[in-house]
Amino acid sequence: MDSTYLLQQIVNGIGLGSIYALVAIGFSITYSILRLINFAHGDILMIGSYCALFIFLSGKVPLVVGLLLAMGFAALIGMLVERIAYRPLRTASEESMLITSIALSILIENLGILTVSAQPRKFVFPEVFAKNHELAGVTFNNMTILTVGVAVLLMILLTFFVKNTRLGTAMRACSENIGVARLMGIDINIVVAIAFAIGSALAAVAGIMLGGQYGRIDPLMGFIPGLKAFVAAVIGGIGSIPGAVLGGYLLGLFEILLVGFLPIEYTGYRDAFVFILLILVLLLRPNGILGSAEGRKV
Amino acid sequence: MMNLQKKKLYTLLALVALFVILFICNMLLSPYHMRIINLVGINIALVVSLNLTNGFCGVFSLGHAGFMAVGAYVAAILSLPLVKKAIILPELPKWLGSVELSFLPSLIIGGLVAAICALIIGYPVLRLRGHYLAVATLGFLVVIQVVITQLQDFTRGARGINGLTQYTNTWWVWIFTCITIYVVWRIINSAYGRGMMAIREDDLAAEAMGVNLTKYRLLAFCVGAFFAGIGGALWAHLITVVTPLSFSYDRTFSLVVMSVIGGMSSITGGVVGASLMTLVPELLRNLEVGITVGGISIPPLYGISQIVLSVVLIIVIIVRPKGIVGSREFSWNLFKKKKWNTMNQMEN
Amino acid sequence: MLELNNVNLYYGRIQALKNVSLSVREGELVALLGANGAGKTSTLRAISCMHPIKEGSIHFSGTDLTKVPAHRLVDLGIAHCPEGRQVFGRLSVKENLELGAFRRKDKEEVKRDLEWIYSTFPRLVERRSQSAGTLSGGEQQMLAIGRALMSRPKLVLFDEPSLGLAPLIVEQIFDVIKKIKEQGRTVLLVEQNAFQALGIADRAYVLETGTIKLEGTPEQLLSNEEVKRAYLGG
Repeated sequence: MDSTYLLQQIVNGIGLGSIYALVAIGFSITYSILRLINFAHGDILMIGSYCALFIFLSGKVPLVVGLLLAMGFAALIGMLVERIAYRPLRTASEESMLITSIALSILIENLGILTVSAQPRKFVFPEVFAKNHELAGVTFNNMTILTVGVAVLLMILLTFFVKNTRLGTAMRACSENIGVARLMGIDINIVVAIAFAIGSALAAVAGIMLGGQYGRIDPLMGFIPGLKAFVAAVIGGIGSIPGAVLGGYLLGLFEILLVGFLPIEYTGYRDAFVFILLILVLLLRPNGILGSAEGRKV
Repeated sequence: MMNLQKKKLYTLLALVALFVILFICNMLLSPYHMRIINLVGINIALVVSLNLTNGFCGVFSLGHAGFMAVGAYVAAILSLPLVKKAIILPELPKWLGSVELSFLPSLIIGGLVAAICALIIGYPVLRLRGHYLAVATLGFLVVIQVVITQLQDFTRGARGINGLTQYTNTWWVWIFTCITIYVVWRIINSAYGRGMMAIREDDLAAEAMGVNLTKYRLLAFCVGAFFAGIGGALWAHLITVVTPLSFSYDRTFSLVVMSVIGGMSSITGGVVGASLMTLVPELLRNLEVGITVGGISIPPLYGISQIVLSVVLIIVIIVRPKGIVGSREFSWNLFKKKKWNTMNQMEN
Repeated sequence: MLELNNVNLYYGRIQALKNVSLSVREGELVALLGANGAGKTSTLRAISCMHPIKEGSIHFSGTDLTKVPAHRLVDLGIAHCPEGRQVFGRLSVKENLELGAFRRKDKEEVKRDLEWIYSTFPRLVERRSQSAGTLSGGEQQMLAIGRALMSRPKLVLFDEPSLGLAPLIVEQIFDVIKKIKEQGRTVLLVEQNAFQALGIADRAYVLETGTIKLEGTPEQLLSNEEVKRAYLGG
């Protein structure tokens, strides 16, 4: 294998990893506060991409506005989902929340099928984004640059929010000890709503980037990336935002390199490898790379 | 309390009644309706076996459809007539390509292979707790799906194996259902069963008291997988087609819905949930093709049955988290005392 | 100021509090004594709305606390210094203290209070940007107390502040609690360490298996044979 090929795969991996990282962050923040694995998170990604699709189609809004509108809409849906389905389950068991999230995922997917039909839609970014660049033998287009750039920018903003604002601190406090956080006067409902809003907005961006890379979207598009982003969050250490980012990029690289270097007859097993990796991580290092040990009440 | 003899007699009478009714149904009802009745039976067996792991043992598995897939494919490959096998699966290795087993051994081998898979996957994975375990078993389901899709020589990949002989009939299904219920009932009322329930209540304490956690969980997991494998095989030979999509995430989900809605830690709950949640979507399916009610034509509503299922599930979890039946169990004493009895009372 | 009337509290089917009635008057330091599992923490959890009560009433300066969400408690002037410290280990000392003043809008005053906390607990100053999880047990307890005081509470609930600490530090902690009382705040102190709690309390209640067994001034309780035998090791 020559090094250009490897470099090319790494660039592709970073592109995919950015998407996983964005989705994984959402998994991680809702998990860290509520101990909830939100399987419907991947479907928010789909909602974001459809939202962007309708905005692109309907009028000539600038890309940034379209992106922001889609993020806003997805955030609203995310908060709505939390308000309706998860809030009544605050004291319920982990399994109850898990089942509910699966139910929500199926609900959103089928509502999608009902309203926008199961037929895939074309999702085309303006021409400029298809333009290819070449650097040291590695080709990448503007879409990749946009994906990575937006992802990194959002992660920096998020880090700033979490580290330096009053609400961000409250959020970290809630993820450590929700009971005591309430004693401090933190309204958990607000913090949880914001966590869902942030996670959903990031997922929407991921959905748009994913749509832009594949050129088409459909109501079931969120399921597999959602599951994989969850795997990424677990690998990085679920509950930790830097962990989610790291896990996202690692998984993106792992997947692309696997496909790039495995003999062609095994590339179909790509998803199987991802989940075997998940099971291995769960068994060998359940707290992930950056996660902190989770105490268990005895 | 009624004495044991009397209870046994009643149970026997009920069984006879059940089969007489099934016999009459078989004569009177259309094949379409019989198929639904058979699906109810298969789903009851699947959900009751799922309840053994998820409910009684507290091992929340999302892999049940994976075991169904294993059982279905193994049984399908084994029982496929040689002539068809040569055409559909020409690439099979010789030792497999030249066997044609009758239905019963195919079923049992299907179930056993599923149980072996459960043993292999369960040994490492069952050490995980709570939703991590659920996610790992979901991962297993994805792996199984990918493997089935990729092992073209054995499974014809995404096209699936069609033209299976329709071996499955009312008797196969309902005898299997009764056996499943009986076996699960025996297990939960044995020392093993009490160990399992101790694990569910508090795994740390149970372990401290000397209950071998992994062993108990593994047993429940394997028994559940065995019945899931046979259930999958019966299902395949009822529909006569198996594809990787027959046993996807959606199937696991619908089994979990049945289990949760009925009541996860109750056999009765499994029966109620499976019956209800097989019949209701069947009615809703009409909506997906579009029907006319009282002169008003309703356009096809694709996905409506899944939408209704998921909404019902969410409402049940919020309003009645233990399901319709809860953890209570059917008992003949019911008719005497006019009230539901808990398991413990039934044992006394 | 604080009034509990026939409070019954259950965890599932297990009753943790049976007809608990107690009152704390303004400016008082009341100790709530009892062995492990007697219901001391449950009483505090009931007061700070962390666990719903089944029957009875809890009033604070005329407000029905059973109808108040837990996060509004600080607005009423109640601070709860929880059992086992429970500082936010991954947050810095400063962030922990600032969270104590989460709902306060008077930025300048908050700053002044922060300085005051630092002067009361000089150990915290040098560690202000360190994460709270790296502090010693005693330091964490001081941080937890400081964090509670940052909300400028009228009533402070202490849950076993001496738990697991070295005697010397326990001494310090009790001094601080006494100071808090002298500043005019009302204190409800839950303690297993009955002797030391009685040393600073105005009045005390003794809880046993979820019910109030005794009530009185420290002198009365100290002379009570039963108390001596059960709680004071004599």
